[in-house]
Amino acid sequence: MRKIAAAQIADIARGAAILGTGGGGDPYIGRLLAERAIAAGGPVTLVEIDEVPADAVVVPVAMMGAPTVMVEKLPTGTEIAAVLAALEGVLGRRPTHIACIEAGGVNSTIPFAAAAVTGLPLVDADGMGRAFPELQMVLPTLAGISTTPLALADEKGNTAVLHTVDNHWAERLARSATVEMGCSATTAQYVLRGDQLAGALVAGTLTRAERLGAVVARARAAHDDPVAAAMAELGGRLLLTGKVTDVSRRTTAGFARGTAALTDGGGLEFQNEHLVATVDGKIVASVPDLICVLEADSGEPITTEALRYGLRVAVIGVPCDPRWRTPEGLALVGPGYFGYDHEYQPVESM
Amino acid sequence: MRIGIDVGGTNTDAVLMDGNAVLAEVKTATTGDVTSGVVAAISGLAAARSFEPGQVRAVMIGTTHFTNAIVEARRLAPTAAIRLALPATRALPPMVDWPERLVEALGGHVYLCHGGHEFDGRAIAPLDEGELRRVASDLAAKGIGTVAISSVFSPVNAEYEQRAADILSAELPGLHVSLSHQIGRIGLLERENATIVNACLRGLAEQIADAFGTALATVGITAPLYLSQNDGTLMDVEYARHYPVATFASGPTNSMRGAAFLSGLSDCAVIDVGGTTSDVGVLARGFPREATTEVDIGGVRSNFRMPDVLSIGIGGGSLVTGGPVTVGPESVGYELTSRALVFGGDTLTATDLAVAAGIAAIGDAAAVADLPRRLVRDGLSVIADRMAGVLDRMRTSPEPLPVVAVGGGSILVPDEIPGTLAVHRPAHFAVANAIGAAIAQVGGEVDRIFALGAQTREQVLEQAKAEAVDRAVAAGAKPQDVRIVEVDEVPISYLPGNAVRVRVKAVGELQLDTAHA
Repeated sequence: MRKIAAAQIADIARGAAILGTGGGGDPYIGRLLAERAIAAGGPVTLVEIDEVPADAVVVPVAMMGAPTVMVEKLPTGTEIAAVLAALEGVLGRRPTHIACIEAGGVNSTIPFAAAAVTGLPLVDADGMGRAFPELQMVLPTLAGISTTPLALADEKGNTAVLHTVDNHWAERLARSATVEMGCSATTAQYVLRGDQLAGALVAGTLTRAERLGAVVARARAAHDDPVAAAMAELGGRLLLTGKVTDVSRRTTAGFARGTAALTDGGGLEFQNEHLVATVDGKIVASVPDLICVLEADSGEPITTEALRYGLRVAVIGVPCDPRWRTPEGLALVGPGYFGYDHEYQPVESM
Repeated sequence: MRIGIDVGGTNTDAVLMDGNAVLAEVKTATTGDVTSGVVAAISGLAAARSFEPGQVRAVMIGTTHFTNAIVEARRLAPTAAIRLALPATRALPPMVDWPERLVEALGGHVYLCHGGHEFDGRAIAPLDEGELRRVASDLAAKGIGTVAISSVFSPVNAEYEQRAADILSAELPGLHVSLSHQIGRIGLLERENATIVNACLRGLAEQIADAFGTALATVGITAPLYLSQNDGTLMDVEYARHYPVATFASGPTNSMRGAAFLSGLSDCAVIDVGGTTSDVGVLARGFPREATTEVDIGGVRSNFRMPDVLSIGIGGGSLVTGGPVTVGPESVGYELTSRALVFGGDTLTATDLAVAAGIAAIGDAAAVADLPRRLVRDGLSVIADRMAGVLDRMRTSPEPLPVVAVGGGSILVPDEIPGTLAVHRPAHFAVANAIGAAIAQVGGEVDRIFALGAQTREQVLEQAKAEAVDRAVAAGAKPQDVRIVEVDEVPISYLPGNAVRVRVKAVGELQLDTAHA
């Protein structure tokens, strides 16, 4: 158990955005929200999974919607309490812990805001070890845990609670409710018991994000190589370096898909997150492994929306959580789900 | 004829131009009194080449007054930030991430009111006129005469900002109002910040505009006066009274455009080598490429249209050390003429290397005659490598670009740079800023989210282009001359109905025959 103060949030937001593999939202807004909530409510207590009692009621809190909307229609601050109250109403139990469902610029900082607002401890873990675009794409789904009851809240005071037949239906219905709420909503879902955490979450993600954000900032301040520092911290390997020479985007079924070409034959394909990295057309890393794109000089994470002509980038491949490499994991988030026909191969063996 | 003036922190430069010919150039010291500095610069031009005031068809001024006022937090008006957004956005109120010093300078007056729109144009909440009247009476009680109004998604729907301005102005005649949709892009905090910065400069803008006007009247020039904007286009002085924030970073933009003009290139990299740093930018179709990342001005995060400029710590005054040879980032700066070896000092600088190698004739060459050949060669090669590196980083395509070298230290730029075409070293490079101001064009821009439902992508792009052209013409461009220089479309993830964010920029030559006031 340790305390997290507002000053530590910047590193966490940066590191989580790196783990977010191009998705997960703009870390700036998430960082401000968490910093302000901590300034008002005091430091957040971060607990490890094995410190959580077996009968604890652990609630992951997140934001759902379009990153472009979140930088314009900012949250109002009451959504977290509203979403937790709505969930508590159907659970009949009071949440004892907050959790993080996804590593990403926004969704790794919102749980800190939630913990600061409620005074509840936050579990040092997340539901993916990275970011994915859809609600059902989390390890709790593999562990047989239901997305619902799921609660959504907007800034107007609307709340909704969903009970769905499976986790894919939760994604569909929550997505349409989110669009009606103005394409940005605060959500609470995947209620976990304390004794389910080890099986359903990736332990230590928030600490990992903080260390990652800190080594990048330190390397930059010392004029060392931030990309090398990030790579060492991630245990990843350098897949590509180069300048972005072309970015083409298209919107299909509400998701921004696209490709980027790099100098020296490098290529990236993305759908909100980076999915595939290639060299001369040959795949060198594939979803669900992490494809982290950093600005080559600063080591700052680059979201897929910010990817543009002329950026100099370093692309790092990082092994995903081993549970994603099981047949069930690959069925949920493997290349096939995203419309590819290649077989997944672990990044370290390519 | 036209006159271009660049009012910098240290120097005021001016040029007299006729068409593409530079008739006279002058460099004077910037004065604390704005009027007399401009009068001195114009008088200097007249001394170099006599002309009748009536021959001058336009005067263009680039100024750093407004940037400096924000950086120094001086001469700023007490300003209220009014955001139309409730019940949304309360968690991050206006000026949330500002330096305390600037918040205090503006008085920290923040009002959150009902209003704002969703991404698809629905209202978040209706505008509450009674609420706005209560804000007006509070402003009156506090004696605040300047407001910045922002509304959620106002780049998609500006109605509430406009109506709020009408309501407040009806209550408070003479109120200075800045509206966010006229200033910034999607990204509420950044757009709102730019709007507040603009608002607090309004009083200063009036003073500066009056001072420039007085200066022209003093020398008998009646031609229209324009100010340079950060994207390399002009605004007339009346517009500048309302949008001073648009002048931010016009200096580097003018310098780049002036350099490109002097060399006759429209697609090139420009390296401006000063005493301490070298600044590199890239021009595409005659305009500086803009930075896409958020920019800090005096600690305020904004999404101003800023030129993408990369600086390295190498200039004419950079310190050189032996061992493994290093150059910069420490520099003797303005003390070059007393501390460099060739000027009788005791400090080895980049300029000394250039003189020792025989590529520059400055100061006393004998003072560097005994420098080890290897040190000179290695030092110059470090400089060449660093410059080649920064030029390569700024290129956006594999095609090599020509390079234009300007600035007092431009002699340090090697003749051959890998990955680039020829290095151009144009005449008049010392007044490239003022030339950039004198040749500036007029522009119009659209940046909005469009829903591709009823309209096709082509229709949306055509609509955006037509609006950008209209805006350029409204700003004073010759209608037959306006062209689209930039089209950028980004699909927006997770939004239904294939929403797309479109940015279009149009520019044209200034219509010199019609006065735009």
